Amino acid sequence: MARIHKTVTGDGFLAKQPTNKTLLDIHRRMVRIRHFEERAGKLMEDGKIPGALHLYVGQEAVAAGVMVHLTAEDQITSTHRGHGHLIAKGGDFDRMYAELFGRSTGYCKGKGGSMHISNMDLGMLGANGIVGGGPPIAMGAAFANKFRKSKHVAVAFFGDGASNEGSFHEAANMASLYKLPAIFVCENNGYGEYTAQANHQAVVDVADRAAGYGMPGVIVDGMDAVAVYEAAGEAIARARKGQGPTLLECKTYRFYDHVGVRGMGLNYRTDDEVKKWMKRDPIKLFEARLAEQKVLSKKQAEAVHAEVLAEIEAAVAFAEQSPMPDVASLLDDVYSTAG
Amino acid sequence: MAQMNMVQALNSAMDIMLDKDSSVVILGEDVGYFGGVFRVTEGLQRKYGENRVLDAPIAEGGIVGVAIGLAVNGLRPIAEVQFADYIYPAFDQIVSELARLRYRTAGDFFAPMTIRTPCGGGIRGGQTHSQSPEGIFTHVSGLTVVMPSNPYDAKGLLISAIETDDPVVFFEPKRLYNGPFDGDPNKPAVPWSTHPKGKVPDGYYSVPLSRAEIVRPGKAVTVVTYGTMVHVCMAAVHRAGIDAEIIDVRTLVPLDVDTLVKSVEKTHRCVIAHEATRFGGYGAELSSTIQEECFWHLEAPIQRVTGWDTPYPHAFEWEFFPGQHRVAAALEEVMKH
Repeated sequence: MARIHKTVTGDGFLAKQPTNKTLLDIHRRMVRIRHFEERAGKLMEDGKIPGALHLYVGQEAVAAGVMVHLTAEDQITSTHRGHGHLIAKGGDFDRMYAELFGRSTGYCKGKGGSMHISNMDLGMLGANGIVGGGPPIAMGAAFANKFRKSKHVAVAFFGDGASNEGSFHEAANMASLYKLPAIFVCENNGYGEYTAQANHQAVVDVADRAAGYGMPGVIVDGMDAVAVYEAAGEAIARARKGQGPTLLECKTYRFYDHVGVRGMGLNYRTDDEVKKWMKRDPIKLFEARLAEQKVLSKKQAEAVHAEVLAEIEAAVAFAEQSPMPDVASLLDDVYSTAG
Repeated sequence: MAQMNMVQALNSAMDIMLDKDSSVVILGEDVGYFGGVFRVTEGLQRKYGENRVLDAPIAEGGIVGVAIGLAVNGLRPIAEVQFADYIYPAFDQIVSELARLRYRTAGDFFAPMTIRTPCGGGIRGGQTHSQSPEGIFTHVSGLTVVMPSNPYDAKGLLISAIETDDPVVFFEPKRLYNGPFDGDPNKPAVPWSTHPKGKVPDGYYSVPLSRAEIVRPGKAVTVVTYGTMVHVCMAAVHRAGIDAEIIDVRTLVPLDVDTLVKSVEKTHRCVIAHEATRFGGYGAELSSTIQEECFWHLEAPIQRVTGWDTPYPHAFEWEFFPGQHRVAAALEEVMKH
């Protein structure tokens, strides 16, 4: 059975205490994700961003706690709920909003959009509109590292829903068979789209599935950034040492709907359940901890929020003012040479 | 210059590319230690090691997905899907990921990889070891789709496929592995050693992608075909005594439209032949393209010769397979006008 990572919330003791600098880094990444997403949701509601968004709000501790261990050379594959992963990986707000707006200045010159945003320089191989599309590709990226004898790792993010796809199981088997420098990070937010976990899989802990592939499975509180940081750190260190993959299941929750910005009054989950999880808002939990540890005062935290919000306003203006792609580019990049 | 069958020619192409380019790797089911069920990768793992020629689990989606992850990182994987009939579990990775990586990232990254897969009937393989699914992949923007008809082209096209920066689905008509099969199962098998295209240089050379070849020049009718049907059409034309021009398409996408159009403008008649089923098949695209480009030159409706719109039937292998008599009937039909 999967090992439960000891959460440290409230006990004031950490086996491997992250430095204050790391804690502040994690905090900033989480705040950046939160405000980017809140603003993106409003822009979508106002009809300024075409199409639908899958917002990452509520799950920030996972992206931040994992990504703070990674360099740009450590590649990730993401999901349809991918903005948070790209932001935590160092994504630039200007180019992200521009991509969501479908502008020529976006990361994919407007051709990817929210669900397919990517950037090779940051090691972000793509958000993905196909549930379970990413894990096999991440294993290929991990394999390239092994092939070149580098110490870089690859991380596949996916949800509880995707853990039912064959692609996850094929990737898990191959990762373990080839002892790839890889980490499977399952963000179990309790729902595969609109279906509760209990109605889409018989297991309670996705991490138990690791046993089927001969790799460690670890369960961690995905609302606790430090717990994620610790567990991800162990898994990533293990991968870098050539000891093979780990399946890390982060128990988390999305505050909004599968698509869009409604959180409450949904027919497939209760408001009480949402409120219960919101009491454990990962940013509030983390800020309380940082205040208690005198790493970041309330006032200092507010300043971080204000800075990020100002950056967002500038980025939204940048995106709105950016030109649409030239329609002639519609036919570009299907093949390496123009047709 | 050596005599090679198609298996040896393909093996030679991969041997040369593994030697020439350290980023080339092979992965697939049984391709390493065992050497492949059709022996196409025989000896390559022994020569280049387990890191270059990898045995993979029976997990086609995983194989293609892992190859994509390697390819976006600058390697040039050759993924073998053991039979084209087994490619469907990998369909999502091919269509949703591989084909459109370059487009959806606006050229930021792409996957230069080749998927090799044996296709076609004539070996009594039944429904799941005989299919010709090329038309399913020609419909997907971003893929290059290739099907050689002889050892010389097989080697040269596979080298081009490995070298191009675009993803290639490379179909190998398995009935042609050991000889130029003309559609008559009752005749003794003919080896490649008796065929001019069985002469294959030992070293490096390439056959360009997107270039069709006129394998028999003629004036009366254009026969557009590829794979095993090239040889069936040759035999049918010979038997009918019609001065047909036979074009081996070789690369199905991107298609060499010019060669087709020039020929039909000359002959004013066209027969299209493929083993795959008819409805919505690749022949429909060929027919439509020729109609659009050559309408005022045509003297007769374009004819298609194809497999029937059924699964590949075990009992009726040679009724399903579009043999010489069906090609001959189509030739007669267009020559009536």
